[in-house]
Amino acid sequence: MDENQMKQEVKPPPQVTGAETLGKHESMLSIILKKFFQNKLAVIGLIMLTIIISSAIFAPWLATHDPNATSTLDRLAPPSAENWLGADHLGRDIYSRMLYAGQMSLWVGFAAMLSATTIGVVVGSVAGYFGGWIDGVLMRVVDIIISFPSIFLLITIVSVFRPSPEMLIIVFAILSWTGTARIVRSEFLSLKKREFVLAAQTLGLPKRRIIFGHILPNAIGPVIVAATLAIGAFIITESTLSFLGLGISPPTATWGNMLSDSQDLTVFLTAWYYPLFPGLMIFITVLSFNFVGDGLRDALDPRVVEK
Amino acid sequence: MTTPLFETKNLKKYFPVKGGVLNRKMTDVKAVDDVSFAIHSGETLSIVGESGCGKSTTGRAILRLEEPTDGEIYFDGEDFRKLSKSQLRKRRKDIQIIFQDPYASLNPRQKVKQILDEAMAIQGVVPKKDRPARIRELMEVVGLRPQQAERYPHEFSGGQRQRIGIARALSVDPKLIVCDEAVSALDVSTQAQVLNLLKDLQRKFDLTFLFISHDLGVVRHISDRVVVMYLGKIVEIADKKSLFDSPHHPYTRALLSAIPVPDPERKTERIVLEGDVPSPMNPPSGCRFHTRCPFATEICKQEEPELRTAGDMVDGHQAACHHMEEIVEQYGKTPSVQE
Repeated sequence: MDENQMKQEVKPPPQVTGAETLGKHESMLSIILKKFFQNKLAVIGLIMLTIIISSAIFAPWLATHDPNATSTLDRLAPPSAENWLGADHLGRDIYSRMLYAGQMSLWVGFAAMLSATTIGVVVGSVAGYFGGWIDGVLMRVVDIIISFPSIFLLITIVSVFRPSPEMLIIVFAILSWTGTARIVRSEFLSLKKREFVLAAQTLGLPKRRIIFGHILPNAIGPVIVAATLAIGAFIITESTLSFLGLGISPPTATWGNMLSDSQDLTVFLTAWYYPLFPGLMIFITVLSFNFVGDGLRDALDPRVVEK
Repeated sequence: MTTPLFETKNLKKYFPVKGGVLNRKMTDVKAVDDVSFAIHSGETLSIVGESGCGKSTTGRAILRLEEPTDGEIYFDGEDFRKLSKSQLRKRRKDIQIIFQDPYASLNPRQKVKQILDEAMAIQGVVPKKDRPARIRELMEVVGLRPQQAERYPHEFSGGQRQRIGIARALSVDPKLIVCDEAVSALDVSTQAQVLNLLKDLQRKFDLTFLFISHDLGVVRHISDRVVVMYLGKIVEIADKKSLFDSPHHPYTRALLSAIPVPDPERKTERIVLEGDVPSPMNPPSGCRFHTRCPFATEICKQEEPELRTAGDMVDGHQAACHHMEEIVEQYGKTPSVQE
């Protein structure tokens, strides 16, 4: 047997795939991922978020100090080997506090997003699918909630009740499910007349299955985008409240109340590093969420998937 | 005469038009107005007409996808409209539908396998363990490869998607399939393939078709009997041969004269209809066609013509026109189309 023959035999058998003229078999998910990863800003956002979220999760291991331990000697100390990003007006380590603050800010953002999205999806689905007076009533509730200036309502609620993280999450959820509900409703209105939904009806599928198995999976793209953007918005709102002194109260650190503590002329003039770092964290986190949200919007657009 | 598999009597579907400050009902769009016909087991009945004449609405009203305003629907002797929601859900397997747009008729998030499996599961036609084999069989029956069942709809071409739609309809062993413009969105060569597939399946599985189309060529290819609709009403009903050879209603004659003849030598006498289809919100009095009919007289504006059989018509051929005898006498049996 000569070498050539040997080589030929080692070749893998030609794949019997029939007329694979349709191109490579690609699942929906792989197409979405591919499109997402083509968007540079979205990938940068995703990397930043991964870093920020893991730094919050691993805060106990990454922190160099107890975030609440005060030290009179280190008050407003500049960045040094001891306090990497300096110390605040009570001598607490800014770097360590920032990590723990991330935990709180992200937790409030995520939990509020999940609750708001759940309420929004359920209300929007019911209103969009059933229509008629059910739709009318639910959408008027949405209009009423939207017509309140939410920041004043927040301030009122928060000053009456003592703000705890859970309290904030509930208030955020109640005030902000309306956008998602409107998105889901409009998707349902157009999808319920689509022919694949009619076909499901003709097959005798129960309503529950049509709503959750056929319409909702096709309506979920814009919901995911809205939810991603909402986390950023919640973090901003929480920071705003904390900045006004109405958010989660010290000593628990959030990025917002760290900023609030630093609003003092002496601090501004002497310790620039104190407001800078929490501010940067808010900025980077929200920006990253927005980048990822935009990336998802393009990646999940079914029009492009279908072509 | 045997009892028909399917019969509808005086079917009406009005869509309310709401408006004004209090959102009160102003008027109705009479999409389907008093339509009666029967389909016998194993035959293909076509409904033709221009867009907006109510042919698709008729199909959907029959399936109770749009709840009919009035009228009776009998399937296998059973009053389809009297069924409760849960009874209806069980009976749905007997009547299936194939849609026009192959891009909108399949759930983009389901694999073909899931689409077919769900259909069989819900109607309990095939036990769970036999379903994979049945899916493979269905794929082959409609001319697709069984392993393609692992794919998503976006990976198929229009014609292939339409085949999947057909497989879905077949999966629950229906007796009647409503083909709502089932081939109109496909290009001509694919149309022929899908039409021939439908014909084969009809023979193989003893299916009955209600074929809704605006394409007379397609209708001629596939039907046994033809219903011509205009503005929500039936204007003529006949077996295919009588309808194409001796159309009696002036509207049918105009439609037939519009079929292109692939022969440059032959001069065809086109009957060109003037104007547009009147609004179904406010249909003309008397004969609904009188505004565009070249033969209309005073009686057409006053009296609505009934469907009737003229002396020279074969049995089962009916048309709704006051003047059909004179028209046929004066202008001959066929306006332009000769085989």
